[in-house]
Order: sequence, then C-alpha cells, then structure tokens
Amino acid sequence: MIEFHSVTKRFPDGTLAVEDFSLVLPSRKTTVFVGTSGSGKTTLLRMINRMVDPTSGSIDIDGADIGTLAPVKLRRGIGYVMQNSGLLPHRRVIDNVATVPMLQGTPKKKAREDALQLLDTVGLDRSLANRYPSQLSGGQQQRVGVARGLAVNPNILLMDEPFGAVDPIVRAELQQELLRLQRELGKTVVFVTHDIDEAFLLGDQVVILRTGGLIAQVGSPAEILANPADDFVAAFVGADRGKRVLHLESHSDGDVLVDADGRLAGVLAGGTSPSAAAGAQTATEETAAPEVKAGPFAESGAPAQGGDPR
Amino acid sequence: MNYFADAVAWLFDPTNYVGSNAIGNRVLEHLGFTLLTLVFASVIAIPLGFFIGHTGRGRGLAVGTAGAFRSIPTLGLLTLVALSVGIGLTAPYAALTVLAIPPILAGAYTGFEAIDRATIDAARAVGMSAGQIVRKVELPLSLPLLMGGLRSATLQIVATATLAAYVADIGLGRFLFTGLKNLDYAQMLGGSILVILLALLLEGIFTVLQKLVVPRGVAAGRPTDIWAGFTKLAR
Repeated sequence: MIEFHSVTKRFPDGTLAVEDFSLVLPSRKTTVFVGTSGSGKTTLLRMINRMVDPTSGSIDIDGADIGTLAPVKLRRGIGYVMQNSGLLPHRRVIDNVATVPMLQGTPKKKAREDALQLLDTVGLDRSLANRYPSQLSGGQQQRVGVARGLAVNPNILLMDEPFGAVDPIVRAELQQELLRLQRELGKTVVFVTHDIDEAFLLGDQVVILRTGGLIAQVGSPAEILANPADDFVAAFVGADRGKRVLHLESHSDGDVLVDADGRLAGVLAGGTSPSAAAGAQTATEETAAPEVKAGPFAESGAPAQGGDPR
Repeated sequence: MNYFADAVAWLFDPTNYVGSNAIGNRVLEHLGFTLLTLVFASVIAIPLGFFIGHTGRGRGLAVGTAGAFRSIPTLGLLTLVALSVGIGLTAPYAALTVLAIPPILAGAYTGFEAIDRATIDAARAVGMSAGQIVRKVELPLSLPLLMGGLRSATLQIVATATLAAYVADIGLGRFLFTGLKNLDYAQMLGGSILVILLALLLEGIFTVLQKLVVPRGVAAGRPTDIWAGFTKLAR
C-alpha cells in the first residue's frame, strides 16, 4: 500500500507541480494517474521512488516513510518502466534485464537465467536476448523495459507513459499484455498516462488530475464514467461531447455502434455479422468489448478514430 | 637541385643513424615527448571534462577557457615560459599541454553530454548509484568522443612538438632548427617527412582505437565530431 500524506512539490523554478496531495493506493491494484501536461502526474509517480523528493508532506510504503530510506536501495526494490524504454544502448537485451539483480549481487549466470524467463513472461522470444536495444522495434523495447522492471520481483511497478510512443495497434497489444501480467502477478501498479481510455482500460482506481496535481476525481472507471464529479471531469472523459453516449446504427453489412458525433465506435459483442466485426475492430479487442459503454475497449483500434487519443 | 631527392638521400644516409643525433633517437624522443604531453593534458582535462559532463556545472567557463586556450600561439607561450623558467624541457611540456587540453576537455564533456538524458534518468530510476552511472553508463557511452578528443590532441602535439627543439635538445624539431641554421634544406625536409610519417602512424592507431571503443549496439549514428558539439555550445 502506498500512501500520500499532504504531499506538495514546488520545483526550484517556482512551479507548483503538486499541492497538498493525499491518496491511498491499494496493494495489488492498478492505480492510474491521468491528466494533461502540467497536471503533476509524472512528478507524483517519481516521488514514489524518490526520483523527486516532496517539498512537504510524506509518502509511506506499507507504513514506512520512504523519506527515511536510502534512495538507491528504495529504487532497486521498485520496478520502473518509462516511455522510451530507457534501456542501456551498449548492453544486450538480456544484460539490460539482468542489470539490477547483478547490482544487488546476484551471480551473473543466475541473473541471466532469470532474465531469460522474464523474456518469456513479457512475451518476447528468447532469440532476441542477445540483440541490442537499437535492433528491436519500439514495442519490443517496451516489453524489455517491463521485463527489466520486473527483474527484482518488486511489489511495486511504476509505469510512466510506457505505451505512449508506440503505434495504436502495438499499444493495444501491450495493454492487453499488461492486463494479463497483472492478473498473473498481482503487483501494485502505478501507471501514468494522458490517455483517458488507457486509464479506464487498465485502472482499478483512476485518479483524474488538474493542473497543479489537484485531484479532480478518484474512483473506479465505472464510477467516473457514470458520475463525473464536475464539468472538468465530464469534458476530460468525453461525456460532455456525447462521445460516451453510443447508439446502434443498422447498415447493410450489419449493426455498428456510433457516438453522438457520428464517429464509428465499435460493434456489439455477438450481435453482428463477422465481416462487420473484423472491419471495425482489431483481433485483440474482439474479446474485450463485452458491453455497450466500453468506449475505451473498442475505440483505440477503430479506424475512424485512429488519430484521436481521446 | 632537387630538395626532395636530397631529403630522401639524407633519410637513408647511414651516418645519420649513429650518435646522439641519430634519427632513431630523435623519433623516439619525439614520440616520448608527445605521449608524455598527452598524459599531462589528459590528467588535467579528462577528470575536469567528466565532472562538467556529469554535473553540467562549469560548462560556460570551460567552453570559454578552452576556446581561449585554442587561440594562444604555442610558440609565444613557449618563449614566455622559457624566459621565466629557462632553457630546458619545462617550457615545451607546459606550452604543449596547454595546446592539448582543449580538444581533450571538449571530447570528455561532449562525450558525456551526447548521452541521451533519458538513458541516465532510467539508470538512476532502476537504482544505480551515482558512481555506477558514471562507470557503467556514462564512461562506456562517452568513450568514442573522448577518443576523438585524444586523437585530435595527439595530432596537434606531434606536429607542434617540433617547437620543443627551439628551447631544448629534443625531438625531430632538432633537424628543422639545425637545418635552418646551416641552410641544410635536405635535413629540414627529411625531418619534416619524419614528423609527417609519425603523425600518420599515430592517426592510424587512433582510428583503430576509436573504432574499437564504440560500444556495439551504438555503433551506428553516433556523432564523432567533437567540435560540432563544442561550437554549438559556445554559441
């Protein structure tokens, strides 16, 4: 369990990134910080492993104030995955994954064996183990990044827009992989994104932030969608634009779901012909669209909205 | 009169290979002088460059100082130092160390600065200590540019080290100054050819070294022109 107690962060240049932030992040659940640039979401994330220290307030992990812990030791016990993988370019994939265990004294042979297993875990072929990061695709690099984050078997996994730089199809794949991993491993995941659909897909608890790290609303995706706390949240999740209000339209090819702007949002699961389903959805998402209000599940792969993050 | 043929004849004259003024001796002196000067300059410039590159502090001062150092006329400095400490090796070592510091300094800190900040940030975030980041990340990734700086410095020293013979009895410069005094142009040209050959040899060695130190996996697409970063920062 991670607890923020009245945390404030003011940077030396005077920017107030986070103000009086208090929140409990439950264990073994995924908490997503979502907000626009300047909402302090990354600052909040980086305070958990002391990459940033709060100006005032405190953060506890399982009851211990992390301000009293040595930063290097703390970081080695927390998995960290960042946007552009952050892999060491001069080390092979397997050595990147084995880096932190070896810093902690795990023998090289054992660390490499564990690293190979982690490649399996994140769905990477072992034949890639001896490649260098620059020889991998963006999606593969992110998987290696996740494997490295898991290498010390941490209870906590911090993910800073890990899928922000990959194309929508690969992003959808990686999101599904993360959901699978989370089902298997049950880590306390803290995830930062500016993509509300990604937040709703991955988050057990979603925290919508305004500028200055102020909480606009905290809740499950369903709670937030059903009852946006105010106009800001409604606008952010797209409820005000009717983006979340879907209706059925009948075409000669079958029935499709359309939002209030007339954009194609998806199909009803099991309620339409196979040809229409294949046309409106990618394969990964067919299994993940069980209900009408599942906007986030359906739309990241919908051709009509490919270029629109929200 | 064919100076070039005379120079070649001088180079192959066996009498020039005996005694204290033997060509072999002078080449070794020149080489030793060059390498020792390189060591002096490295001891000063490499730690300083790493400090600047790692912390980002003092960069403006370093750029300014290095730029000023580059513009100092070596012969003038040599004379100035020799006038205060006297004839001998101190003055040439001092003057050429000053000459060699800017390229090494630039190579060292641009090497650090050329590393993607995100890579270092990630290394810190996964739990590397400051020392481990320097040793395991910054150092290996900065080596190609540092080696470029050393290469550039070496070439400048080996060519300019002829000036050492102006105030001391050392190196291939002896042939140039003696030849000039005696109007023995064959000896002058022969000495010059030896300096050129030595420079080409060192350049060849550094070309190989520079290739060897580029970490595999970053071999493609890395900048190797140290002055590109230098002039960009100086602007």
